[in-house]
Amino acid sequence: MSAEEATSAPVTLTPPAPWTVGPVTRTDFVRYQGASGDMNPIHHDEEFARAAGFDAPFAVGMYQAGLLGTYATGWLGAENVRSFRIRFLEQVWPGDTLTSTAEVVREYTGDEGDARVDIELVCTRQTGGAAVKAWATFVVPGAVAHP
Amino acid sequence: MADVTAVGTEGVPFRLDVERGKIREFARATGTTDLDGIDAQEHPVSQPTFLTTALHWQTGDANPWPAVKLDQKRGLHAEQEFTFFGEPPRAGSRLEGRSTITDIYTKQGRRGGEMTFAIVVTDYYDESGRLVAQAKMTGVETARPPKEDEA
Repeated sequence: MSAEEATSAPVTLTPPAPWTVGPVTRTDFVRYQGASGDMNPIHHDEEFARAAGFDAPFAVGMYQAGLLGTYATGWLGAENVRSFRIRFLEQVWPGDTLTSTAEVVREYTGDEGDARVDIELVCTRQTGGAAVKAWATFVVPGAVAHP
Repeated sequence: MADVTAVGTEGVPFRLDVERGKIREFARATGTTDLDGIDAQEHPVSQPTFLTTALHWQTGDANPWPAVKLDQKRGLHAEQEFTFFGEPPRAGSRLEGRSTITDIYTKQGRRGGEMTFAIVVTDYYDESGRLVAQAKMTGVETARPPKEDEA
């Protein structure tokens, strides 16, 4: 494809198929805690979690956020991310099954003249509730920006 | 209850080495399906949320967060944002991080309880002094145990 053709035909991105992980386990949570350095006991210490009013330890929100990052970068490339904003909505418990999905929000030319895409990502529990949402911007791999 | 006088508190600058093994470990912990792709690279790029591993390096006075004094049992992560001014850091990068408490404010929760939010921003500079990434963390402390009033 020539550059002329690429600029005249906008790239239309299609999100990958939903990605399901789980049932997640306390071991998954602890592995993430070790990798990240967040050792808040509420995510692994039964007594601490109960004293804080929870039925059991629950996942670090950044674990679910990390799953969304893995899903998004598997699609668009880790080197291409420019922003990644995460909102934590529901807790994730051992035994939950998590499904990551994505939608394209906007495709446009960035300030530096590169092709960009804004996407919205959701990590959904088996209950249907959204555990984490994320809004990300990527440089579109292989795309030529519109002049 | 949060200490609102903590706004403006700066952490001591800290070094964060972006290590290949840590990138691999983090990718594995966040469910990567392409460890081989990381293993094939000498300088793999870090993941979008990788800079959260600053917690391994922010010891002592590098992390200003304790000055906020949020109750850990009623404290939750509300939002987290990472911004990259170009490609995210690759293995082998030596970064300097600088964290500042930028805001503390309260808001009424949906079920009546007052929630206290606090924001810490960490800027990351490369060895040439260029700002390469920024992490912005918003924490929240609920008036009651979070289960009764989820944000």
